[in-house]
Amino acid sequence: MAEPVVRIENVTLDFGQGAPALRNVSGLVEGGITGLVGPDGAGKTTLIRLMTGLLLPDEGRLSVLGFDTRSEAAAVQAAIGYMPQRFGLYEDLSVAENLDLYADLRGLPPAERAEVFERLLSFTDLKRFTGRLAGRLSGGMKQKLGLACALLTKPRLLLLDEPSVGVDPVSRRDLWAMVKELAGEGIGVLWSTAYLDEAEACDRVLLLNAGELLFSGPPGDLTQQVDGRVFRLTGVGQGRRAVLAEVLGGRGIVDGVIQGETIRLVVAGGAEEKDAAITEARSRAGEGAEVRPTPPRFEDAFIDMLGGGPGGRSQLAEASPMRAAGGDEAVIEARGLTKRFGDFTAADDISFSIPRGQIFGLLGPNGAGKSTTFKMLCGLLKPTSGEGRVAGFDLRRKSAEARNQLGYMAQKFSLYGDLSVDQNLAFFAGAYGLGGARRHERTALMKEVFALSPHAGMSAKDLPLGLKQRLALACAVMHDPAALFLDEPTSGVDPVTRREFWTHINGLVEKGVTVLVTTHFMDEAEYCDRIALIYRGRAIALGSPDELRASVASPERPDPTMEDAFIALIERSRLAEAA
Amino acid sequence: MWWTRLKALIVKELLALLRDPKARLILVGPPLVQLLVFSYAATLDVTNIDLVVLDRDAGAASRELVQRLEGAPDFRSVVPVAGEAALAAAIDRQEAIAAISIGPTFSRDIAAGVPAKVQVILDGRRSNASQIVAGYISRIVQGLGAEIAVSGGRAPPPVDVVARNWFNPNLIYQWFMVPNLVASIALLIGLIVTALSIARERELGTFDQLMVSPLRTHEILIGKVIPPMLVGSVHLTLYVLAAVLVFGIPLRGSLGLLYGSALFYLLSVAGLGLFISALAATQQQAILGAFLLLVPATLLSGFATPIENMPEWLQPVTIVNPLRYFLIIVRGVFLKDLPVAEIAAQTLPLALIAAATLTAAAWLFRRRLE
Repeated sequence: MAEPVVRIENVTLDFGQGAPALRNVSGLVEGGITGLVGPDGAGKTTLIRLMTGLLLPDEGRLSVLGFDTRSEAAAVQAAIGYMPQRFGLYEDLSVAENLDLYADLRGLPPAERAEVFERLLSFTDLKRFTGRLAGRLSGGMKQKLGLACALLTKPRLLLLDEPSVGVDPVSRRDLWAMVKELAGEGIGVLWSTAYLDEAEACDRVLLLNAGELLFSGPPGDLTQQVDGRVFRLTGVGQGRRAVLAEVLGGRGIVDGVIQGETIRLVVAGGAEEKDAAITEARSRAGEGAEVRPTPPRFEDAFIDMLGGGPGGRSQLAEASPMRAAGGDEAVIEARGLTKRFGDFTAADDISFSIPRGQIFGLLGPNGAGKSTTFKMLCGLLKPTSGEGRVAGFDLRRKSAEARNQLGYMAQKFSLYGDLSVDQNLAFFAGAYGLGGARRHERTALMKEVFALSPHAGMSAKDLPLGLKQRLALACAVMHDPAALFLDEPTSGVDPVTRREFWTHINGLVEKGVTVLVTTHFMDEAEYCDRIALIYRGRAIALGSPDELRASVASPERPDPTMEDAFIALIERSRLAEAA
Repeated sequence: MWWTRLKALIVKELLALLRDPKARLILVGPPLVQLLVFSYAATLDVTNIDLVVLDRDAGAASRELVQRLEGAPDFRSVVPVAGEAALAAAIDRQEAIAAISIGPTFSRDIAAGVPAKVQVILDGRRSNASQIVAGYISRIVQGLGAEIAVSGGRAPPPVDVVARNWFNPNLIYQWFMVPNLVASIALLIGLIVTALSIARERELGTFDQLMVSPLRTHEILIGKVIPPMLVGSVHLTLYVLAAVLVFGIPLRGSLGLLYGSALFYLLSVAGLGLFISALAATQQQAILGAFLLLVPATLLSGFATPIENMPEWLQPVTIVNPLRYFLIIVRGVFLKDLPVAEIAAQTLPLALIAAATLTAAAWLFRRRLE
């Protein structure tokens, strides 16, 4: 057998803060595309930097293309191409100037440049943009340019650190196609990602979680472990959130998530156990529910491996009062929201309304206007025209009243890192005007529900990611808001924490809380009752996840995924615009 | 209700400041360094003077002069040199700041009652220090001349100037400098703490979180202004205590008036800081902005050099500088009992500056939201 591209032997690295970044990791990277898969903070970037020889392990060794990273780092670096997470593009230089600069840095002889640039520019489809400043490129084009720069000297191994972050599904497909082509030319590719669905497209996978290697091998081998144990529960429609909570309480249920109007279930292994679990699930789901087997996904197996999801009970929701159905009035409403920056229209006449107790998703590529719309609806941005209303209050005229009714959670858990858990809770309680007994009662509840008491004195910045997420949610719902605004709440978060988060959200929605969520994460889209697809500042499609999927179904693709729907709808809009 | 919100914000601001190790360093480091450097090292007094003497006379009078020079406390060394060349070399190599050349007829002229001459050569490269040294030397020479006149039975010089320094009789440098520092430390700390506060939240992403809470814009501004003012007054107090207890500087005026005017001074400083903070996108920009303001504000305040010495076109610029007014108040309260009317006259511009900067900051702050 040929020497593997990368050999990792018993590698441990401890940065001295909390748990070690990597613990006794051993594995191989072979030819083709290897996926380095794991949630944020799993140790992916650390492992890649170890492979480049920029970091050295405390224990163990790595050899890359036969060179030891400790003693022959220069040889390693000459033979690889490395694209860090935030690729070092010079935003004030044009595409061509960036290429020139990296050609200088990598010592590419001037005589060869014209030919290499020509090849890479047509490969990445950036030829039309050579004069454009790198800072003006979209997320996907930036990654393509980064890839071109990493490919200048024809590496034998290409290390890509989360190339698909901040890239919309269309560009993501392009990137994948390009990487497959490279792998076909015999270049070894390591693709790191927090998106578990990307793992399935790789030839081999290294699955990292909390610094430990959980699995190494072809993704099919892992998925196989849950073969025959994955089911879809249909016919649960409107009550699916309650049904999910109910079903997850049953014996033998490993995992359950909402997928549009259905529920995806993973049950425990063993023939008898399996049948019992399905029977119980069906009876818990109530009348009209049907259970059908469905092909397993990588994430199903990952959750199974971690010992299952967090269960379906939300103490938070149980402790929350049922919100009275206040008539038919929408809780969140956008009426012709428009925002112009100079002559650029970021959001163009966007209207929708979200009734009480629904989850509404704003979906769209980066820069399409979903953040602008979101910000106008929570009062962070003043619309150029149109109006936003929350709980019946006009955000412009009654902004303080409206803001009292909304809870907000940003992507990067905007907590005060230097303040302790208790101090963060106290601040948000105060900021929302909670005083006296009410303040005491709510903070105590939050600490109990989210199990924060053992960490009460810890600085928020030192909390593990999962606890940070809990604290951020606690701060957002402390004042029992009628509407929750979530900005990409779980991107990069590990699947168990993500399920825990959505269990709380689902529970709150059942109690009548209304949720607006932005995401470009297809899994989060599945939780929504309705979705508005925002593209080039306009809402190009509006409907339930199942409706959106159905709208793009074709004889060739009878059961499209959410991502397929996303891409097809955007293509359709592009064609319509061109016509 | 509004008080609950505001209190939460103020407590949070103070905690964020005190729990962040970097912020703690800013609160302790620069004030300590400033106190030590300005009150001990950056002295404007000229001491430890090195002198060379070319004595071509070697008579009784010239020996007496050299001895008096040697005896003066500010002169570290008085080195005899052999000739013009050696004298020039000593100045040239900066071994001495001044050289005294005594002519061959010095003692004889004095004995004869004829005006005697001494040449003093100074190093013009160090213009300020040279002038002061020239003053010292001429005082010694004049003293010698007067005594010789008296002992010789001749009339003393017709005019005898006697200088008395009021308020600071011994012209102790620290009596001048430490009250200045009381004013400048409040500027330094107040400006940096306020400038960083919003920029830090922008950088961390907590700013949006703040903006979607029911806290109103003016509450946020008040909540951002009060903590730096509290911190600034703590520093001011520590410096006042150091001035009185460590440096033994008399506090002749009213502390109450000092704090009363300090309130307006700190408000105007916080307004400036908030203005920077509303402009800056990152903490780095905020720090740079604060220093960009700090240096000219110190130089154009009368801190080290009197405003009257500045060119006339530059003097009006100092009108908008809060440090200028508060310096007068602090110095006045310390060294003389500055009357209430004068303090009020200096506090009024501070109040106007505070009103202007806070309004501008609030306007900019709101504008950035759109």
